[in-house]
Amino acid sequence: MRKPFAITLIPGSSLANLTGTWRTSRPVYLDRLPPCNNACPAGENIQGWLFHAESGDYEAAWRELVKDNPLPAVMGRVCYHPCESSCNRKQIDAPVGINSVERFLGDEAIKRGWQFDAPAAATGKRVLVVGAGPSGLSAAYHLARMGHTVEIHEAGPFAGGMMRFGIPKYRLPREVLDAEVQRIVNLGVTIRLNSKVDNILDTMKQGHFDATFLAVGAHIGKRTNIHAGAAAKIVDAVSVLRSMEGEEKPMLGRRVVVYGGGNTAIDVARTAKRLGASEAIIVYRRTREKMPAHDLEVEEALQEGIMIKWLSTIKRVDDEGKLTVEKMELDDKGMPQPTGEFETLESDSLVLALGQDVDLSLLEGVPGLEVNDGTVQVSPNMMTGYPGIFAGGDMVPSERTVTVAVGHGKKAARHIDAWLRGAVYQPAAKHELADFKNLNTWYYSDAPKTVRPMLDVIRRQSSFDEVQGGLDETNALFEARRCLSCGNCFECDNCYGVCPDNAVIKLGAGKRYEFNYDYCKGCGICVTECPSGSIKMVPEDI
Amino acid sequence: MLKQIEGSLAVAEAVALCRPEVICAYPISPQTHIVEGLGKMVKAGKLAPCEFINVESEFAAMSVAIGASAAGARAYTATASQGLLFMAEAVYNAAGLGLPIVMTIANRAIGAPINIWNDHSDALSQRDSGWIQLFAETNQEALDLHIQAFRLAEELSMPVMVCMDGFILTHAYERVDMPTQQQVDAYLPPFDPRQVLDPKEPVSIGAMVGPEAFMEVRYLEHARQLQALERIPQLAVQFKEIFGRASGGLTQTYCADDAETMIVAMGSVLGTIKDTIDEMRAEGHKIGVLGITSYRPFPLAQVREALIHAKRFVVLEKSLAVGMGGILATDVRMALSGAGLHGYTVVAGLGGRAITKKSLHQLFRHAVKDELEPITFLDLDWNVVNKQLERERQNRHSGPIAENILHDLGVVSAKFG
Amino acid sequence: MSYQPVKFYQTGTFTVGNRLLAPVERSVQQSERRSNSINSGHRACQGCGEALGARYAIDAAMAASNGQLIAANATGCLEVFSTPYPESSWQVPWIHSLFGNTPAVATGIAAAMKVKGRKEVRVVAQGGDGGTADIGFGCLSGMFERNDDVLYICYDNQGYMNTGVQRSSATPPAARTATTMPVGPEPGNVFGQGKNLPEIAMAHGIPYVATATVADLRDLEYKVKRAMNVHGARYLHIFVPCPLGWGSQSNDTIRLARLAKETGLFPVFEARHGEVTGVLKIRRKQAVEEYLKPQRRFAHLFGNDPHTEVIARIQAIADRNIRKYNLLDEEG
Ligand SMILES: Cc1cc2nc3c(=O)[nH]c(=O)nc-3n(C[C@H](O)[C@H](O)[C@H](O)COP(=O)(O)OP(=O)(O)OC[C@H]3O[C@@H](n4cnc5c(N)ncnc54)[C@H](O)[C@@H]3O)c2cc1C
Ligand SMILES: Cc1ncc(C[n+]2csc(CCOP(=O)(O)OP(=O)(O)O)c2C)c(N)n1
Ligand code: SF4
Ligand SMILES: [Mg+2]
Repeated sequence: MRKPFAITLIPGSSLANLTGTWRTSRPVYLDRLPPCNNACPAGENIQGWLFHAESGDYEAAWRELVKDNPLPAVMGRVCYHPCESSCNRKQIDAPVGINSVERFLGDEAIKRGWQFDAPAAATGKRVLVVGAGPSGLSAAYHLARMGHTVEIHEAGPFAGGMMRFGIPKYRLPREVLDAEVQRIVNLGVTIRLNSKVDNILDTMKQGHFDATFLAVGAHIGKRTNIHAGAAAKIVDAVSVLRSMEGEEKPMLGRRVVVYGGGNTAIDVARTAKRLGASEAIIVYRRTREKMPAHDLEVEEALQEGIMIKWLSTIKRVDDEGKLTVEKMELDDKGMPQPTGEFETLESDSLVLALGQDVDLSLLEGVPGLEVNDGTVQVSPNMMTGYPGIFAGGDMVPSERTVTVAVGHGKKAARHIDAWLRGAVYQPAAKHELADFKNLNTWYYSDAPKTVRPMLDVIRRQSSFDEVQGGLDETNALFEARRCLSCGNCFECDNCYGVCPDNAVIKLGAGKRYEFNYDYCKGCGICVTECPSGSIKMVPEDI
Repeated sequence: MLKQIEGSLAVAEAVALCRPEVICAYPISPQTHIVEGLGKMVKAGKLAPCEFINVESEFAAMSVAIGASAAGARAYTATASQGLLFMAEAVYNAAGLGLPIVMTIANRAIGAPINIWNDHSDALSQRDSGWIQLFAETNQEALDLHIQAFRLAEELSMPVMVCMDGFILTHAYERVDMPTQQQVDAYLPPFDPRQVLDPKEPVSIGAMVGPEAFMEVRYLEHARQLQALERIPQLAVQFKEIFGRASGGLTQTYCADDAETMIVAMGSVLGTIKDTIDEMRAEGHKIGVLGITSYRPFPLAQVREALIHAKRFVVLEKSLAVGMGGILATDVRMALSGAGLHGYTVVAGLGGRAITKKSLHQLFRHAVKDELEPITFLDLDWNVVNKQLERERQNRHSGPIAENILHDLGVVSAKFG
Repeated sequence: MSYQPVKFYQTGTFTVGNRLLAPVERSVQQSERRSNSINSGHRACQGCGEALGARYAIDAAMAASNGQLIAANATGCLEVFSTPYPESSWQVPWIHSLFGNTPAVATGIAAAMKVKGRKEVRVVAQGGDGGTADIGFGCLSGMFERNDDVLYICYDNQGYMNTGVQRSSATPPAARTATTMPVGPEPGNVFGQGKNLPEIAMAHGIPYVATATVADLRDLEYKVKRAMNVHGARYLHIFVPCPLGWGSQSNDTIRLARLAKETGLFPVFEARHGEVTGVLKIRRKQAVEEYLKPQRRFAHLFGNDPHTEVIARIQAIADRNIRKYNLLDEEG
């Protein structure tokens, strides 16, 4: 074409005009730490595995999950999900049902027989793990993946620790636990059952172990000062629950009183109910708000007909099982104070659920070990005062949950691995937190939380069938897709679309985007319109 | 083929023979019959393929033509007077964008006072718009000039106005020689645009141009008009070869060879002037005529060449640069700058005032004796004018001029006092 | 039927892209192969809604016409920032003629295409609110009345921005412009009768009229596509915030467009042959203050001595729109 001078221009030629020079501040992509990830004691990359679940790639999601936690089916049942409590979505409607999706993935993995990726090349190092509870299993798993040879010595007849001997079946069916333990065994971890370690240093020496991870939990039921007649039937909760795993079911009678306010108290009361007790009463010295047990479990217990006497302490038990209970009142600090008012309560047995102590006998004679308040002290790298002996889970100062125990196991494994190499493990610096105010929630579909199905109350009162059902594939997918992907780009293309200057380059699926600073004028629309808060403006030095 | 036909319809037929693809029409006297004629042909399917668009204004008419032309279609429209002014912005734009649109101007006065009759003020108001402006003397020439106009416009990529006197030509039934389609096709190849809007090869037409290049853009427009000065005579020659008659060109002369007095004019008035001159020649006056066909580009050299051997020239024009005088005359004087001829301006025929042979005789007789004022307003009623001027001298608010004049002329009854 | 957002969690069709959607359900803008009808390097202000809206619309039209598109453009910001010599941002065949004649120019192009039998080539005309509602109104109405095969797109930034933010007939009441200063007893623009161009377009009975905003890409693209599937005169009115003229933050462009819709001040709807056939419901209703406050052109309404009665009048306009176009869902 014989184009006229100046009047007619070549299409697209404005590329010669680099408008990036107008900019006073520039957008940059960043990953912020999602609050769920931040809150997860096991350090799961929740947002990361939800991302895969969102597209229905459950196996990828599961593999992302088990990078941190080898027990998703268990977690999806027993974890108290602090992730959900801190989930940003709760400020829109309700938190993402992370826990239910996790359970779905865990169950799916069992159903489909997914196995862990093969471990790294063998290092030739041998690590002893004492205790096959969640903490020990977790440490063993991680160490095995790193290529170390791991042997778990477990005192009991089954693996699982409190997951088996504490948490009742109706919350954690044993097939689920067995399946997840078996998968760890399949990875190459050796579990020696019925192998109580009496002296840790001896065992280490005999087995030529280069390092040890201790995770013996806390199994000794605490006692309290109650005047009791000689014939009074007083048992501790942990023993009751443990005996549930044996041949002989415990005999608690028709009227069972449980003393304590933790989850154990609830579990034992609910167990008693299922064993046929017509009355299961929990006596607790403070109020419902102050109760350490999780509200949801309290709620479920109440639904099942468990009664709770608030603001009450047990003073005395006579031979017939008659209890003398003193009414309490809270002082201004929230502590219960005696009122001098008493009442009586009939019981066939009294179950004490007042917490557990750690059995430290295997550590006798280990030099440098520090014990405080009945728990073993560890440094931030999970190592005890004795080099090469690490510890975690209920036996060290902690919140005493399965999830914390798993997290300890993972953390310890990383430090043990480094220690074995004569190195120091440096965790990656934490990203800044993805706050709700960083999000642009307009872009998320309106999607209220899915409610998991519950077993009906009659069956709950009479059987040990699992109370809470799981999600099916469609609602698990739905639930995963409720994730806001806080602080992490999920490739929604908003930045790519909303830039008036076409200054965002789309790199293709999974590769995210890049800014073309030749043309970016720094208007900041991409930052404002990024749903997940994965872009921020930084001033240009001018 | 010879035909006795109204000027407008003759032009309509000629335009149709040029195979226009888009015609935009908006009515204004005395242009109406042209587009009506074309509309009928399109409607009847005689002119096809062609889109005939009844637009909502002259501004739209020119704008539709701009769009059509930029998209590679041969575009045509026609207007006059107020209509031309109403489209003025688009008239300049078409030229600036270099779009070879052809437009007929049925020359008519500009209001106020509104007046539908002929003069050249409309076309001349657009003389700097960048359009080529050709003036027809007869209906035959009007017809022929349209055929040449399309060829010229498209070769040079600039728009062309063919100006024909309103009513005098547009509404006159005259005998014309209507060419055949084969002749026109032989002369006028299909439109091959210099630039075109086409998804196959995108361009951005109509950029904003700043001081850094605007002068150059304008100069190039000027340069193309200068090229037209060469092309117009060549096209007239080629036209003659195919159509067998002389038509077009930059200028034409009549009895000029030995003339001492040259009359310069444009359009149909040339006919009356030639008749007058014939008579004066018969009386022995050495008088001749220069007709200007191409007003833009203005053929300075040809005008100078035609007049330089005379002693004096009289520019008779149907236009007035108010506050200055002649428009055409100014250009003619420019052509003769430094030549030392006597030059006279005659403003005549405004708003359709008849230019009679009688008045011309009188005028030319004065001219040959150098008895003319530098500027003459032919057949102006001085009585009326002077009375009004007198009134205005006495009283700054002397009432509506038109009414007063009618009163002076005795048209309005006494009740107006 | 109006545009139906896909309720496909997690973002459905709210975001530009969504890897979870089937390819056919994806937007034009998410594609790496979108035409970028306006290329980088244009000189629009930072955060210009018009630049964005134009790319959204023309890219969608390009997609709908398989790249067989010609655009005519009125004088105004869009023209000036895209084609200052020696560079053009346009990647489609494009012409700028004048401020007030764009619909007619487009008619001419469409006529040319028709006469040449190039049925596949489609024509859009575009201009600002001034070029559309004011100076080009006559040509627009003519184009509508003849039902010429042109999609006209108005980018409404509510004022003559290119000439330095003067009032147009699309400037809202109370807004400050260079010719409606916030001084005197009735500061800012007057409360006039308004000039509802989409409704005026509908009154012509043309086959398709719709409004859209840069805040809802999917709706905008849907409407362009709808419009491109129809022949005859079509009108699309796109709300495009102008940071410079409105005194808003450059990053707030989309947010303000969204607020205009969510307050009810800018009803988003579509109409066939003069009848409203669908509205985009308000999702999270907001009071007009939320929309007005971030804009300096309304700053005189707030401050220490807020003009509550003026704000109430603006709220009344929003409420009327909500009633008239039935913008709220029954339950919402
Ligand atoms: C009734 C009950 C319900 C609970 N419910 C929940 C819940 O719903 N969610 C939750 O997160 N947490 C719950 N917990 C807490 C949770 O079970 C524990 O925090 C967690 O199991 C601690 O894990 P661990 O690995 O440290 O110890 P444990 O799980 O206690 O495992 C320790 C293991 O070490 C073995 N062992 C001990 N000594 C030796 C030795 N000398 N040699 C070899 N092996 C030894 C034990 O046999 C045991 O298998 C509950 C606890 C109880 C008691
Ligand atoms: C006939 C004419 N009058 C006035 C102008 C000056 N002018 C150029 S752009 C413009 C304002 C454009 O306003 P609008 O159409 O709303 O587009 P915006 O710049 O706001 O996008 C004006 C008044 C002009 N170019 N032509
Ligand atoms: S003045 Fe407004 S419309 Fe014009 S370029 Fe700037 S932001 Fe865009
Ligand atoms: Mg505007």
